[in-house]
Amino acid sequence: MAIPRSKMPEQDPHARALNFEEVPLGLTPEQAMEEAKRCLDCRKQPCVSGCPVGVQIPEFIKLVGEGKFVEAARLIKETNVLPAVTGRVCPQENQCEGECTLFKRYGGVSIGALERFVADYERNNNLVEIPPKPKQTGKKVAVIGSGPSGLTVAGDLILEGHKVRIFEALHEAGGVLVYGIPEFRLPKEIVRAEVDYLAQQGVDIRLNEVVGMSVSMDELLEEYDAVYIGVGAGLPTFMRIEGEELNGVFSANEYLTRSNLMKGYLFPEYDSPLPPGKHTCVVGGGNVAMDAARTAKRLGAEVTIVYRRAKEQLPARGEEVHHAEEEGIIFQLLTNPVRIIGENGKVVGMECIRMELGEPDASGRRRPIPIEGSNFELDCDQVVISIGAGANPLLVKTMPDLKLNRWGYIEVNKNNQTSVDKVWAGGDIVTGAATVIEAMGAGRIAAKSIQAYLTGQPQPSTEEEQEEID
Amino acid sequence: MTGKILVNEEVVPNVHRLVVEAANIALRAQPGQFIMIIPDSEGERVPFTLSDWDAEAGTITIFYQEAGVSTMKLTAMKPGESVHVVVGPLGRPTKIEKHGTVLVGGGCYGLGAIYPLAKAFKEAGNKVIAMLEARTTYIVYNEEKLREVTDEIIVVTADGSRGVRGHIKEGMKFLEARKEKIDHAHFVGCTFMMMLSAEATKPYGIPTIVSLNTLMVDGTGMCGVCRVLVDGETKFACVDGPDFDGHLVDWDMVFARKRAYEGEEDLAYQFYRCRRDGAISEAAKTQEAV
Repeated sequence: MAIPRSKMPEQDPHARALNFEEVPLGLTPEQAMEEAKRCLDCRKQPCVSGCPVGVQIPEFIKLVGEGKFVEAARLIKETNVLPAVTGRVCPQENQCEGECTLFKRYGGVSIGALERFVADYERNNNLVEIPPKPKQTGKKVAVIGSGPSGLTVAGDLILEGHKVRIFEALHEAGGVLVYGIPEFRLPKEIVRAEVDYLAQQGVDIRLNEVVGMSVSMDELLEEYDAVYIGVGAGLPTFMRIEGEELNGVFSANEYLTRSNLMKGYLFPEYDSPLPPGKHTCVVGGGNVAMDAARTAKRLGAEVTIVYRRAKEQLPARGEEVHHAEEEGIIFQLLTNPVRIIGENGKVVGMECIRMELGEPDASGRRRPIPIEGSNFELDCDQVVISIGAGANPLLVKTMPDLKLNRWGYIEVNKNNQTSVDKVWAGGDIVTGAATVIEAMGAGRIAAKSIQAYLTGQPQPSTEEEQEEID
Repeated sequence: MTGKILVNEEVVPNVHRLVVEAANIALRAQPGQFIMIIPDSEGERVPFTLSDWDAEAGTITIFYQEAGVSTMKLTAMKPGESVHVVVGPLGRPTKIEKHGTVLVGGGCYGLGAIYPLAKAFKEAGNKVIAMLEARTTYIVYNEEKLREVTDEIIVVTADGSRGVRGHIKEGMKFLEARKEKIDHAHFVGCTFMMMLSAEATKPYGIPTIVSLNTLMVDGTGMCGVCRVLVDGETKFACVDGPDFDGHLVDWDMVFARKRAYEGEEDLAYQFYRCRRDGAISEAAKTQEAV
């Protein structure tokens, strides 16, 4: 290969561990055009099949190579309403880039970086065009939750000429993009721009509307022709070990919401406190754990990630782990908390036990087994528990006819239809914790199904396929 | 417009009555529910118990005490201005049943907040006794309104300046002396008052509900900061409550968790005061940022 995979410039690890500005700085136009040349334009397009929403990757890369950045951005937007977001937060190495023909030997084409580049180029140069208003159908769609899946449904259906209204419980739109993912990984200005783009197309966004409390599902079903539930998996999971009630123990949801949505990292300029730890232990190994750890670091703490399996099993994106390591975050792998130690109601330490890997479990990963007598104590004053989230029952408990699985997630068929007539669902409230792009993929499937339903067309997935699910 | 302030007045020293426009909340509110207010664009999400609402006028009423930056910001706001966000109703409504004789006890903001409970219990066919606890006579408020929806009002003052001298505990003894049988009790007020009140009803075996007022962030079950131990089980005050069995609440934990941000609250207060009084100028802030 003549051209090596481009490396996106990044903020210096020492400098960035003290600020909340974005870490990767983006490609230059020259770098982007150079990187685009690496694409082999394979006939089979393995990258596209690796993308949950089927972005037309080789085609947009070709446009980048020709310097047609805006055209490239618009081409992506035909299938992906949030390119500036997914270009930043997708686990590309497991998706498009992982499928790239060049991946194994040379490193895949930097599809994520290119996607991010063209979306930023279009936005920063004020070249975003609002599509012409389509012919109105008079049909009304309610979308519950303004996270990635809800935004996708809204974006797709507004283009079909339906009236779309989003109901968001919090005071800012974007769901996990605003309360969960930190500024240094996804600047909130970008989320606002994407939400604004939908609003300008006519999507009506109602903030501070808690469906199930401030408006009932029955009312929505009466007023709207279709309802999409994309409320996410917002129920924090605790470990049920001693000491979790102590001050200084946070769910990752609380920790990140305080920082991101409530701007706790700017306290006392903003009123919601997020006190810096001296030594913050983050329990868990996913992207959320990395986000919490890197946030704690930026607030000034020494940070340790405690994860019960080995490095190879860390569920976080490779890039996040790499960034965390670069920023000086310590990894205590094959380690599991046993109890949190408190004094006067506050955390002063955490007792842990070392683990070893045994036989593979149901998930195919080797099961971690505690090593007897290996207990030790970590001194810490904060513990952030980031071991996943469950289904928030706030809305679903008000719908007795809605079929749930045994974990409380909503059951859907291949078209993301629920057991309730006129109601679709997608994203984490169906699958449990997943990625932004997977939630968007679910939104896309639901939007197609809703479109077929509203226009009296046959459903995209056949009845036979559906029966398998029923 | 949702959030527009119609009334913001100090009814007795450091208890304020706030009436804001919130048609949707007024339409759906039920006794025992709360709302969240963000005073301004830099503000926190703060929960307040609903003390009254008027579906026709589209307004809601809360009572609050100035206790930190958020409530200081509120007291500084004038009718005509708007709070940044008001959202609700949130939390499970209070279970209203016919018990016989119901005691609703309030302290501080609870003197306001027990009104919808008293009204609902009365409408459900109960004999309703309201017990108003205050340090001294001149901080008793909301009496007239409560009189409309209760069979009796008993004032309890710590200094004995009016009514029964002492706290709810002494109030219970007063009821015992006249052989009043209480079938159900519900207390709203500061944590200390609710704890002591629940302790006071325990010897009589009176089923007792308290409306907890924990810290919250989202108020919809997402963050878990409001977790409390009730009968050994972790519950979220925002979605499982705010009402819990007062005899089963782990009060030590409620107190400890309420103090989680004591230091920060103090710092925020100093910062707010300094900025309000001009001790921190925009220029100084910029300098600091550099």
